[in-house]
Formats: sequence, structure tokens, C-alpha cells
Amino acid sequence: MASEQGGLTEYIQHHLTHLTPHASKGGFWAVHIDSISVSLVLGILFSLWFWLKARKATSGVPGRGQAFVEIVLEFVDGQVKDVFHGDRRVLGPLALTVFIWVFLMNAMDLLPVDLLPWITEQFGIGHFRAVPTADINMTFAMSLTVFVLIIFYSFKAKGFGGYMHELFTAPFGANPLLWIPNFLLNIVELLSKPVSLAMRLFGNMYAGELVFMLIAGLFSAGSWLLYGMGIIGYTVWGIFHILIIGIQAFIFMVLTIVYISMAHDHH
Amino acid sequence: MDFNATLIGEMLSFAILIWFCVHFIWPHLNKAIEDRQVKIAEGLNAAERAHAELREADTRVAAEIKLARQQATEIIDRAQQQANQIIDKARVEAIVEINRLKATAQDDIASMAQRARDQLREQVGALALQGASKIVQREVDASTHKLLLDQLAAEI
Repeated sequence: MASEQGGLTEYIQHHLTHLTPHASKGGFWAVHIDSISVSLVLGILFSLWFWLKARKATSGVPGRGQAFVEIVLEFVDGQVKDVFHGDRRVLGPLALTVFIWVFLMNAMDLLPVDLLPWITEQFGIGHFRAVPTADINMTFAMSLTVFVLIIFYSFKAKGFGGYMHELFTAPFGANPLLWIPNFLLNIVELLSKPVSLAMRLFGNMYAGELVFMLIAGLFSAGSWLLYGMGIIGYTVWGIFHILIIGIQAFIFMVLTIVYISMAHDHH
Repeated sequence: MDFNATLIGEMLSFAILIWFCVHFIWPHLNKAIEDRQVKIAEGLNAAERAHAELREADTRVAAEIKLARQQATEIIDRAQQQANQIIDKARVEAIVEINRLKATAQDDIASMAQRARDQLREQVGALALQGASKIVQREVDASTHKLLLDQLAAEI
């Protein structure tokens, strides 16, 4: 990698390019194969891991693996219990899935930013972005699923008439003149939920990835001093990032719980 | 993209990051896991101990009840024996008393009969004397014939 500015720009641009099918050439069908494959692998890993532990779970003294799964489960269930006072049989597993899956996808950020692309390059694949949550498609996919669940539970909890009544009369009052403002405000509020959910996670992970790349630029700056600073900076940012990936996964989970439990509330 | 020093540097940083996790993050997780295991093990142990203690207490209570029942039976037996003894003793005493009273009464009867007989004898003697004096038409000196009269009375 060249040390001049153009090199770094090219480096970062290279790293910010998703793996897409050759035939697509951009556009709607330029599916991000890297995001999909990494998220699928991590999702399957999470499912297998927890399934195996759940299958072998004993009511006696748990093994280390089971104890860990139990701690995670208890933590997530406690969060759900604090916010949502109803049947947790759907929301609990949903929150657990969101938390672990987002956490694992975020954790891909901790891998050396060039490692997975380098490995895929050996197989002739030029672009590979390892962090699915730094892909806005991935975060919107999850937040729109949550959005659908919000709508579904709103109808389920209040009925069609009840939900419509709430949409048109909720914040200001039932005066027919206020129906339109009420409705517009509710639509904005409703739409802001998936947007903020997706953008927050995407922004944090994208920025984190970008900082890793910028620091990685120091490695090719051509001086041993900068190389040493690069190692220190990369490590410090990595340690800090452990905090960020946990917090972002936690926020995504808590907001999912809050939004869905709000859908159950009557105004 | 070529393989170059960038990847080496990132791998070095990654190694330090792993070292950091091993030394500063994993111990906390590990401790939480171990604490949980210890807590669960203690809870299960306590439950088992309580169970065993309860069972032991149950058997002890059963034994105690059995013992108490035995003792109660013994006490009742002894009381019955004592009662029987008392009744027997009372019966014996009563018989003795009856016999004593009977003997006294018989003595009384005998002595009274004796006295009555003596009186009768004297009266018969006196009557005989009167009769005799009437027959003889003269005064019989009682003192001179006392011996004779007494003899007569004794014969009657």
C-alpha cells in the first residue's frame, strides 16, 4: 500500500466496497453476499450453540457452558421483564436472538480489518466486508422486521378499531379537526422507530470500522514510529470497541423490547 | 490487495487484543460462571440436606411415638395390676374384719346366754325353794340350806 493520501483513500474505498455478484453491476440486485453470508454463519453458530446447551441442560449443577448460557438468558429475560409485563414467550426469545446475533455481528469488527478480505482474496474474491452490522441493509433488515412486529402487536393488542382510534386521536384529542395532525404525528413517530434503530447501529459500526481502517493506514505510512503508533492505536481502539459492540447490541435489544411493549400499551 | 505489513500490524494488534481479553475480560466472565455454579451447587446441597434432615426427623418422630405408646401401655398395665392388688387386699381385709366381728358377736351371744342361764338357774332355785317351803309349810332357813339349794340349782 502506498503511503500517499491517494493510497489511503483507495485503501478505504476498497474496504468499504461490498461483495456483490459480478453480473449485477450495482442496482437493486447487487446483493451484499459478504453481509448475508457472515450474518448467516453467525446466526447458525448462535442457534447451534444455544440449542446444544439447551438440549443438554440439566436441573442440577450446570457445566460452564450451560452456566454461561443461563447467565445470558437470565440477563436478557430480566431486561424484558423490567419493560414488558405480559407473556414473554415470544418477546424473550426475540430479545435474546437480537442481542446475541447483533453482538456476534458487531464482534466481527474486532477481527483485523484486513484479515477476512485477505483470506477471501486467496480464493479470488476481491471485496469482503466482515461486519454485517456496518451494512445499512443488514441493520434496516432487522429494524424493519421489528417494525412489522410493532404493527402486528399493535393490531393484536388493540384490535383494528382500537389501533385506528389510537392513530387518529392519540396525542391531542378526539376532535375531528385534530384527526389529521394526530395521524401525521403518529406516522412520523412510527416511522422514526425503525429508522433510528437501524441508523444508530449502522452509524456506530460503520464509524468504528472506518476508524480501524484509518488507524490501519498508519501501518503503511512508511515509518517504524508510525507503525508502532498504529499497533498501539489499533489495540486501544479495539479494546474500546469491545465496549461499543456490547452497548450497541444491548441498545438494539432494549429498544426492540421497548417498541414492542409500547405497541401493547393502550393510550 | 497484496499481503503486506498492514495485515501483520493488524494481526499484532489483534494478538494484543486477545491477550487483553484473556487477562481482563475473561476472568470476570469466568468468575460469574463459577459463582453461579457454586451458588447452584450450594442450593442443591442445602435442599438435599434439608430433605435428609426431614426424613431423619420423621423417623425419629415415628420412633418416639412408638416408644410413647409402649410406655402408655405399660403404665395402664401397671395401674390395672395395682388396682387388682388393692381390690384383693381390700377383700382379704374385709373377710378378716367380718370374721372378727362374727367372733365378737358370737362371744357376746355366748356370754349373754350364759348369764341368762345363770339367772334362770337362780330364779328356778328361788322358785324351788319357795315351792319347797310351801310344801313343808314352814320357813326354811335359807342360809342353812344354801348348800343344798346351790346343789339343786347346779343340777338344773
